[in-house]
Amino acid sequence: MALAERPGPSALSIGALGRSGPGWLERIPTSYWVVGVVLLCMPVVANDFILYQILGWTFILGMIALSLMFLGGYGGMVSLAQMSIAALAGYMVAILGSSGVQTISLNWPWWLYIPVAIFIAAVFATMIGALAVRTTGIYTIMITLAIAAAFFYFTRQNYTIFNGYSGFANVVPPELLGVNWRTPIPFYYLALFWAVVSYLAVVYVARSPFGLALQGIRDNPRRMSALGFNVFLHRVAAYTFASVIAAIAGILLVWQNAQISPGTAGLPAVIDILVIAIVGGIKRPIGPFIGALIYVLLRTFSPDVLQVFGLPDDRFKLLIGVGFLAIVYWSPDGVLGLWDRWRARRSRTRDPMASTGGPS
Amino acid sequence: MIPAQRSIGELLTAAGTSNALELRGVTRTFGALAALSDVTLTVKPGERRGVLGSNGAGKTTLFNCVTGDVMPTSGTIRLFGEDVTYFPPHERIRRGLRRTYQISLLFNGLSVLDNVYLACRGVSRGRFSLIRPRRSDALMQSAFELIEAVHLGAQAGTMVAELSYGQQRQLEIALALAGAPRFVLFDEPAAGLSPTERSELVEILTNLPRHIGFIIIEHDMDVALRVAESVSMMHNGRIFKEGLPSEIESDPEVQELYLGGGHG
Ligand SMILES: Nc1ncnc2c1ncn2[C@@H]1O[C@H](COP(=O)(O)OP(=O)(O)OP(=O)(O)O)[C@@H](O)[C@H]1O
Ligand SMILES: [Mg+2]
Repeated sequence: MALAERPGPSALSIGALGRSGPGWLERIPTSYWVVGVVLLCMPVVANDFILYQILGWTFILGMIALSLMFLGGYGGMVSLAQMSIAALAGYMVAILGSSGVQTISLNWPWWLYIPVAIFIAAVFATMIGALAVRTTGIYTIMITLAIAAAFFYFTRQNYTIFNGYSGFANVVPPELLGVNWRTPIPFYYLALFWAVVSYLAVVYVARSPFGLALQGIRDNPRRMSALGFNVFLHRVAAYTFASVIAAIAGILLVWQNAQISPGTAGLPAVIDILVIAIVGGIKRPIGPFIGALIYVLLRTFSPDVLQVFGLPDDRFKLLIGVGFLAIVYWSPDGVLGLWDRWRARRSRTRDPMASTGGPS
Repeated sequence: MIPAQRSIGELLTAAGTSNALELRGVTRTFGALAALSDVTLTVKPGERRGVLGSNGAGKTTLFNCVTGDVMPTSGTIRLFGEDVTYFPPHERIRRGLRRTYQISLLFNGLSVLDNVYLACRGVSRGRFSLIRPRRSDALMQSAFELIEAVHLGAQAGTMVAELSYGQQRQLEIALALAGAPRFVLFDEPAAGLSPTERSELVEILTNLPRHIGFIIIEHDMDVALRVAESVSMMHNGRIFKEGLPSEIESDPEVQELYLGGGHG
């Protein structure tokens, strides 16, 4: 995707974003256009499997990891509860809307259950935030992991609301505009649309007072307090903001699978979101989507690769784990970090040419 | 011990006017160490006070208690007549208090402009705004003015990590002057500055609007005595003398304790 983005959210000063200068259309880097056109035209070249299983899933996991990136990259808070927040929104769609479990589902209309599902997920996330921001570093990870584990066991044991072990099947999107949104091409565009909206929202908000202050708090909470900011409230609000992205992704996820069960937010899935964000790069909003694509490709195709080497095909986790280790070992900034370093090296070697006036 | 002279601030309290700052019996201990013991201090609005004292006298701890960075073990702190002893720092800042730090506390991952913009935003509404600021916004304009005022105009877009030491000290001051400050605490703003930078600093401080009072901690007598109208001397967590700069300078006890033994 848009890899030519400037390194670091703050490399651009706010002043440069004023109304002066060229129009916003001209300021969009070429790589954005290329990636945009490729993504829009994808259904022409790609088959249903690629569109629905590979890319659709990438966008969804990318959004959930993006909500983690917002908290981690801008706020310095690594939350492992983002998958649980997404799953809660998915559950709410099944419970408030319609599903195969007639005794529980309330059959509300879509225009009611979607906003309510997002709202409930946001309230849940705000409560998680209020607990988690009292801690820092490893303790934030531990407390959010504990919440994620509690959510998993609660959904598995509660039959009156969450239908316990079996969860909900037959959860399908509404037939809006006469389109069946579960068919590959419409679903692809639906997921693409929300992934792009979430990505742009994070990029935009990073330079808003709210986002800037969050980065200030990440760099120096004590000084932010001495500038008049309520650090606690600000951090909690970051959880709320990030949860909206996770919630939308959770709704897309339940529609894609047509089902949701405790395993959707089981501990492996919770950890996978962290792996995706770290592998892609947690410093920039594009990182989670790159991480998600790598994860989905590995997860989908590694059984075939493993068979070639005569290993049982359920060992794909091994490949993912090794890949994760390799990336964290060689580049703590994830794939994006590797890319940045490669570009830096290339521009260094090209510099002498540039000084003699050679075309770049 | 020579009894402390009554400052103009104390005389005004007696007359019932509310002080900019009023500390009563403030004590702060770290384990067995009393960094501040029973400090009583009044500063009237618009007053400019110097605080002198040897290393470890408790000057920074005094500031930390006033801003809420550190809670006093006992005693009360009043800001413009209001008891703020148990207020969190941001509530005190929103009431017009500002401070600089002895060791710069800046946002290294952000540009100079972003730093100052955050300072302006922190003391105004819309801290949670999701709308990006424009160059023409009033707050952005005041951020630019502040940057100019501390002579960092050319560095507005520079990352803080890339600034020189002196420039970082100037940025510290800009952050403390954002919004409408009523009372500012300067913690050794001149430390490590070149002579030119020092005189620029003195100029900035003396040119502050008259209604802005401040306390300045300063080892450099030259700077302290030029900007301060009255001076408090600290030693071992206590204020042991208050007076006019001329009196302090010629006081034999001060000469011995501060210039002789304590410092250096
Ligand atoms: N957070 C803390 N924990 C433990 N001890 C502290 C703490 N802050 C200050 N102290 C101690 O309190 C005493 C006073 O420190 P303070 O920083 O207030 O001195 P100061 O007058 O500002 O000195 P300097 O001129 O070196 O800046 C010192 O002995 C210091 O070690
Ligand atoms: Mg000090």
